[in-house]
Amino acid sequence: MANLRDIRRRIKSVKNTAQITKAMQMVAATKMRRAQLAAIALRPYASRLDDLAGHLYASMGKDEVSHPLLQARATSGKTAVVVITSEKGLCGPLNTNLLRDVLKADAPNKVYVSVGKKGRQVLARLKKNLLADFELKDSPTFAQSKTISRFLLQKFEENQIDKVEIYYNRFVNTLSQVPTRYPIVPIGEGILEVAKALGEAERAERLEKQADVLHPFYNFEPDPDILLGRLLPYYIHLELYEKILESRASEHSARMVAMKSATDNAKQLVKDLTLEYNKARQASITNEILEIASAAMMMGQ
Amino acid sequence: MATLRLEIITPQAKVFEGDVDSVLLPGVEGEMGILPHHEALVTELTAGELRFEHKGKTEILAIGEGFAEITADSVGVLTEGAVNEEEIDDKVAKEAVKRAEDLLKSNTLEGEELESVQASLARSLAQINIKRRRHKS
Repeated sequence: MANLRDIRRRIKSVKNTAQITKAMQMVAATKMRRAQLAAIALRPYASRLDDLAGHLYASMGKDEVSHPLLQARATSGKTAVVVITSEKGLCGPLNTNLLRDVLKADAPNKVYVSVGKKGRQVLARLKKNLLADFELKDSPTFAQSKTISRFLLQKFEENQIDKVEIYYNRFVNTLSQVPTRYPIVPIGEGILEVAKALGEAERAERLEKQADVLHPFYNFEPDPDILLGRLLPYYIHLELYEKILESRASEHSARMVAMKSATDNAKQLVKDLTLEYNKARQASITNEILEIASAAMMMGQ
Repeated sequence: MATLRLEIITPQAKVFEGDVDSVLLPGVEGEMGILPHHEALVTELTAGELRFEHKGKTEILAIGEGFAEITADSVGVLTEGAVNEEEIDDKVAKEAVKRAEDLLKSNTLEGEELESVQASLARSLAQINIKRRRHKS
């Protein structure tokens, strides 16, 4: 049977650990809320960007707009894979699950761009073709994320890569995050469908109203084609930023859940240890009484 | 008097929304003054100062690259970052410029890093210009 003092010491240390994990759980909860708010704050910007693209579609008067970013191509045959992981650990199986998916889909024509320390560590250890590594602060800004997307666009323009896809943890709810693959270059139909629909609605409306004051024709400065070329990269910037924010929300909620179960475990352990402690204490008291009683019996004889 | 509905939106937040009398935008092809009943226009913006008349007062914001959507009665500005004059810390901006210049001088940057440093330099200079003008007047 364990020594009484040893048990007491363990109880104390487990209690301390529980306090730390509890604190981490609270911090993660706050950070998760902040990440979600940042994602919500992005919405007006995103919908305005759709509006602008809609105006462009409407004015160009054709269904098919051509731009390198919109077309599938095969010049270098390389695909850039952006792996968004967390900077820190202690967030359950989040990064492991994501990286397992990444490695399952590994092919010789893939080059990697890691965002976050955990992804970089694994990819570097496995000697994958790591093109670049970015680190992100806790609350990433649009400018920081734009540095990454701009890097990707530049590689695309230099014909070093044909496609770009993102691996990130999709935020379903606090308890569930799903590793997800999301292609962003070439810009998919899905992203532009909204803009196309808006553009077509606008065109139809215009045909009906013949450009009155309230529904004017838009002029463009510079030309619509040039402007479109300027606008499309912003879709990439926006998409990546969105995914990074979502990854962050996933990370914090995963950490929150992991820390909650750690705290619960610690509490259970304290309970078990206390029981053991009391048993040991009772045993030693019983022992003492036995000793005294037997001594008294000896004396009495 | 006719007014314009001005909205300034960044990825982080809606920075400004309100009725203004006129707007001066830093367009890629030069500064543009917008008054009510302007023709409908979509244009690209460069990093610089955005000025607008709001309740008889001129307000100045330093903005980054972006786009503007102009109709007869509204101006929508989409930009990466907008800083109000009051929020501009002169010292921070100057330090940022210094850091950017140092980085540019050291010549170890390339590609996207260079561009982002140049962009931050342009933004910081715009902020300092606003502050300086305000001090003189």
